[in-house]
Amino acid sequence: MLGRTFWGQTTPWSEMERLRREMNRLFSTFPEMTGSRVAPGYPAMNVWTNEDGVVITAELPGIDPEKLDIAVVENTLTLSGERTPLELAEGDVYHRRERGYGKFTRSFQLPFNVEANNVQAVYEKGVLRITLPRAEADKPRKIVVKAA
Amino acid sequence: MANEKELNIQETGKQEIAETRAERTRSRLAFVPRTDIYETNEAIVLVTDMPGVDQSTLDITLENDVLTINGYVEAAYPEGYGLAYGEYRVGDYERSFTLSNKVDRNKIEATVKDGVLRLYLPKAESSMRKIAVTAG
Repeated sequence: MLGRTFWGQTTPWSEMERLRREMNRLFSTFPEMTGSRVAPGYPAMNVWTNEDGVVITAELPGIDPEKLDIAVVENTLTLSGERTPLELAEGDVYHRRERGYGKFTRSFQLPFNVEANNVQAVYEKGVLRITLPRAEADKPRKIVVKAA
Repeated sequence: MANEKELNIQETGKQEIAETRAERTRSRLAFVPRTDIYETNEAIVLVTDMPGVDQSTLDITLENDVLTINGYVEAAYPEGYGLAYGEYRVGDYERSFTLSNKVDRNKIEATVKDGVLRLYLPKAESSMRKIAVTAG
């Protein structure tokens, strides 16, 4: 009864289900929209995926890229570094201090194993972008059905 | 004379990173960038975090006593990928500060590196003058 088709391939139920999933994804993507703010780790990251890999972007202004440490072990990415405080001379006074500084480490579990040798990281305008290609052995394999 | 104490820089925007005032010409998200301000003997220095901004997408104006920093960010989404998990959003930056009249407007210097803007606002000579009091 529920599986009855409706103007084509999809049923209204599957459409509703798809919409619900989409909404959930949207709200969980941006926690500030729902108001349930979970303290995020530093740096904040956006994770982009497709069949061939993952791209991770993070806003890290004012970091020395040499001191940025990116390590990949199997499917875990670890990013660590340090934001150094401003060097003030004797007698200088802060009027306002909002920028954070200090050491940070963040680990991220990826949905699949990656080709650790082909990981690329680019740091530009204070934004870090790490491209992690999916391991060849881990890619989904298409199975061809032969006619008997 | 507590000369330095009189120099004041006041913010006019919100402190929390949030969407700013409604009247904007670009229908984009805008954030209040986090800023450190410190004062040396010669100058006031503003250091602002604006990831995604470089010298070509930065607009700094000084009108009357208000210094306005505008940073425009073109979101570069990786092509062919879909967002699986997001923790931050990309948008422009906007923030204004009221400067005291003790800043030498002609000698303001701005540099941007790795998404951090540094504004050097030298104090005007006249504000540095000390008045010697002689015994009468």
